[in-house]
Amino acid sequence: MYDIASLHRAVSVEDALRALAANENALVISGGTDVLVQNREGRHAGAALVSIHDLEEIRGVSLLENGDILIGAATCFTDLTNSPIIQSHIPMLGLAADEVGSPQIRNAGTIGGNVCNGVTSADTAPSLLALDAELELRSLEGERRVPLEAFYTGPGRTVRRRDELLCFLRIRPDSYHNVGGCYIKYGKRNAMEISTLGCAVALRLRDGVIERVRVAYGVAGPTPARCAAAEVAALGKPATAQTVEQTADAAVRALHPRTSWRASREFRLQLSHELLKRAMTQAIANAGGNADV
Amino acid sequence: MYNTLNMTVNGQPVCVAVEEGEALLDTLRDRLGLTSVKRGCEVGECGACTVLIDGRAVDSCLYLSLWAEGRSVLTVEGLRTDTGELTPLQQAFVDEAAVQCGFCTPGIIMSAVELLESGRTYTRDELRKLISGHLCRCTGYENILNALERVVGKR
Repeated sequence: MYDIASLHRAVSVEDALRALAANENALVISGGTDVLVQNREGRHAGAALVSIHDLEEIRGVSLLENGDILIGAATCFTDLTNSPIIQSHIPMLGLAADEVGSPQIRNAGTIGGNVCNGVTSADTAPSLLALDAELELRSLEGERRVPLEAFYTGPGRTVRRRDELLCFLRIRPDSYHNVGGCYIKYGKRNAMEISTLGCAVALRLRDGVIERVRVAYGVAGPTPARCAAAEVAALGKPATAQTVEQTADAAVRALHPRTSWRASREFRLQLSHELLKRAMTQAIANAGGNADV
Repeated sequence: MYNTLNMTVNGQPVCVAVEEGEALLDTLRDRLGLTSVKRGCEVGECGACTVLIDGRAVDSCLYLSLWAEGRSVLTVEGLRTDTGELTPLQQAFVDEAAVQCGFCTPGIIMSAVELLESGRTYTRDELRKLISGHLCRCTGYENILNALERVVGKR
């Protein structure tokens, strides 16, 4: 038995927003794979859960006429990985979602929850950052759009207000057209593992030169974050092994990972260097180049 | 507070009163007596409580019972045939000695049913990944993989 005060099963986004506004102890629950585990640990005891579980309105992936890819926040990881739109346009995100937990967890946990938890180890976050994802937050007062880059404020903290609901994640065509991407997660095991470090690279080439590049890390800092120093080091450079090496060097100089029971700061720095090299080399290959030594 | 929950369990319509904070694991075991569904870690790591909800393998410990309203739940009890014989999947587990203490077995069987229903076949490496949400402390997984390969393996 979970220690909750009540469960409001929202029948629509509007219904959920009203329930969130009406009770200051209200807490959103979607797939439940984090909220319920935390409840077992005694967190959110007595919470008034507002469930958006399987809310059709905000499930699924669609490709809009203007080329925007719209991902419903209540889309589970399995559906994201299996989406033909994700597979053909932003495969890196589907592969990242396939790294989360286990098959059963991926059948339940959602991309919206992965982002809203605000944890630095969220497997989809580095790829979403590398794809310039924009979040659509709704409340009774209206809608606002926040770039994912401006969403995180600290470990487990985001700019989302308690009465706001993340409804959609939007990825614009300029962020994925002709873009090659790759996310690599390091964990001590291959399954049921929280990321020790994760690195995502997304880039576009023109005549062998990197004309657009995003580098984002998870667990290299208190929140998932882009690495500006690495992006500056790579932008405008030829897509070669030397550029990859220099980009990884620049990233490591800028990062300040910490020691935790999972890994030491030194090991995380080494991972930051190596994973960037591997992810960037693969991203270049996926963008039609070749930076293999 | 108690709520009425209407769902289909192993092909039969069921109406049962459940509490709002109740996990499907508790409803299935304690109210419906379906004890093939095992209580293990209760945090979604061991997979012993895996059931199919509308054909998808889910940890029933992390699933609020009221979410099952209108849905179809399948447990190992629902695999029983009219003649009482084991399904080919269950028989493969017996033949390959994939069952030792048996605690993880019902959950793995349900994940395997989801794979079987997909109509696909899988390599051994794919199967390893697809049962990664189950902990087995007896077998070392090899015999489980042998059994799965018999039924959904790529030949």
